[in-house]
Amino acid sequence: MSNVIQQVKGKVVALEGDYAIAEALRQINPDVMAAYPITPQTEIVQKFSEFYAEGVVDTEFVPVESEHAALSTCVGASAAGARAMTATCGAGLALMWEILWCASGLRLPIVMAVVNRSLSAPLNILTDQTDEMATRDAGWVQLYAESHQEAYDNIIQAVRIAEHPDVMLPTMCGMAGFVLGHALGQLELLPDEAVRKFVHIYHPHYSLLDTDCPVTFGAFDHWDYFFPHKRQQWEGLNNALRVIPEIGEEFGRLTGRYYGLVEPYMLDDAEVAIVIIGSAAGATRVAIDEMRAEGIKVGMLKVRCYRPFPADAIAEALQGRKAVAVLDRTSCMGGEGSPLFTEICSALYNRNIAMKIISYTYGLGGYDTIPEEFCQVYRNLLQIAQGGKIEPIHRFLSLPERGES
Amino acid sequence: MGKETLEIRWHGRGGQGAVTASKMLAETALEEGKYFLGNPDYGAERMGAPIQAYTRISIHPIKLYCQITEPDVVLVLDSTLLDTVDVLEGLKEDGIVILNIPLPPAEARPKLSNYKGKLYTIDASGIAMDILGRNLPNVPMLGAVTKVTGVVSRNSMASVIRSRLGATMKEKVVEGNVTAFEKAYDNVLTE
Repeated sequence: MSNVIQQVKGKVVALEGDYAIAEALRQINPDVMAAYPITPQTEIVQKFSEFYAEGVVDTEFVPVESEHAALSTCVGASAAGARAMTATCGAGLALMWEILWCASGLRLPIVMAVVNRSLSAPLNILTDQTDEMATRDAGWVQLYAESHQEAYDNIIQAVRIAEHPDVMLPTMCGMAGFVLGHALGQLELLPDEAVRKFVHIYHPHYSLLDTDCPVTFGAFDHWDYFFPHKRQQWEGLNNALRVIPEIGEEFGRLTGRYYGLVEPYMLDDAEVAIVIIGSAAGATRVAIDEMRAEGIKVGMLKVRCYRPFPADAIAEALQGRKAVAVLDRTSCMGGEGSPLFTEICSALYNRNIAMKIISYTYGLGGYDTIPEEFCQVYRNLLQIAQGGKIEPIHRFLSLPERGES
Repeated sequence: MGKETLEIRWHGRGGQGAVTASKMLAETALEEGKYFLGNPDYGAERMGAPIQAYTRISIHPIKLYCQITEPDVVLVLDSTLLDTVDVLEGLKEDGIVILNIPLPPAEARPKLSNYKGKLYTIDASGIAMDILGRNLPNVPMLGAVTKVTGVVSRNSMASVIRSRLGATMKEKVVEGNVTAFEKAYDNVLTE
């Protein structure tokens, strides 16, 4: 077989999450990096600018005047055929809003690290996923990391996902600000050569600079073309449901670390389950280990890919559970529950899977959640599974219900 | 202390180097083949404001990224915090406190109201002033916690102090810090 991938041995290091991302960017060695610093993403830009100053990357580093300009620069560079990357968080991502849609609508495979931070007001710099989840409908692929290792691994895989000919869409990779970004953790860095081989040289199908094949990017679309183009874009995003596990499998053969759309933990025989995204999955694992030690069958489904929404994978994993709590770390509000919850309800309903399901908002603005609080969610779920009261459907973890002390 | 997982909570004031030290201790665990996390509790910190940082060290992979609410070890870099911060909050029954204060434990104990557990003291600020000429108690506190817990070895800790500080500081300052670390290691007081 010619396509056998030899597993490589990396180097185990101690790094803050932001620096781990910066190392991934250095190894990918993109053609263009345009970024504006914002807490808690600053260290990524700072470290990458050091790499640039020391000449260890070939990148054109563009220190722009705003996040709007950062993503606009990436759009221009990507349309010109460059591999373009950026990083931001919170208010910076919000300022990119207009250009997020340009990047996806132009089918530009830009990769962006998002160091998840709350959106003001009240003013807060700490982590939740409001920034990224609020961009849900912008047509980007969205991955989230639980750990330092996943944050690093996701960035490398994102390049391949974004540039896959069946996808050709920008991809953002979420990582908890401070909790991972500023915490010193352990991860294995791949050899530079292995990363460069994995992401290989980017050969764009269309480029503004290809004078033999002149093309236009960003032309006006009348109604006759706009709607069909949007449909194609939709199909490209849905193709990522197939491509993400394929890339995750190939990455696994290289590293021993395999990735899919979702990751179950102790779910097969679980009566009740938590569905969660990001770093708090770790505390959920600890809660599960504690309860399993007492013989209580609880489990977790971690969602790695939020866009495109892996409805089949989630429904299949949750089928057979008696009660499920979906935990959202976002203040995207006004729905019956939080965004992941409502979408999972839809996925289950459309597949005729009936179960008791409740929504929790947790951890906003860096509010810390400890394993005991996840244990309490499981205890509530077990009561609901045995016929207990399901209301209120939407709850706030760690905060008392109104009317209770 | 012989535990599989050791959870250490640092109490200091902004500018005393608690965050740096919490991460240096975590990094030392890597040298010894253990798992670790060094996670500061960031807020609106500024010079002199009370801050907390956390170090987890374990023989098992670390899954928990949350703050440490039930520490095995509490390190207090500034004894004036005792008037305003409940440094004993959540401390395990068999937990220990290491306090930066120029007093032996028996004389320092009344400052920790009703505390019955193990108490160690170290004049970390005095050592830092003598050797570095500045009140930077963080590295001396590393000496104390290394000696008291044995969670990492003296040599590994000194080596990480050299490499971490050496990345940005002059050799004389780095060696001063190593000397301060060694002096604190040898001068922790117990009851």
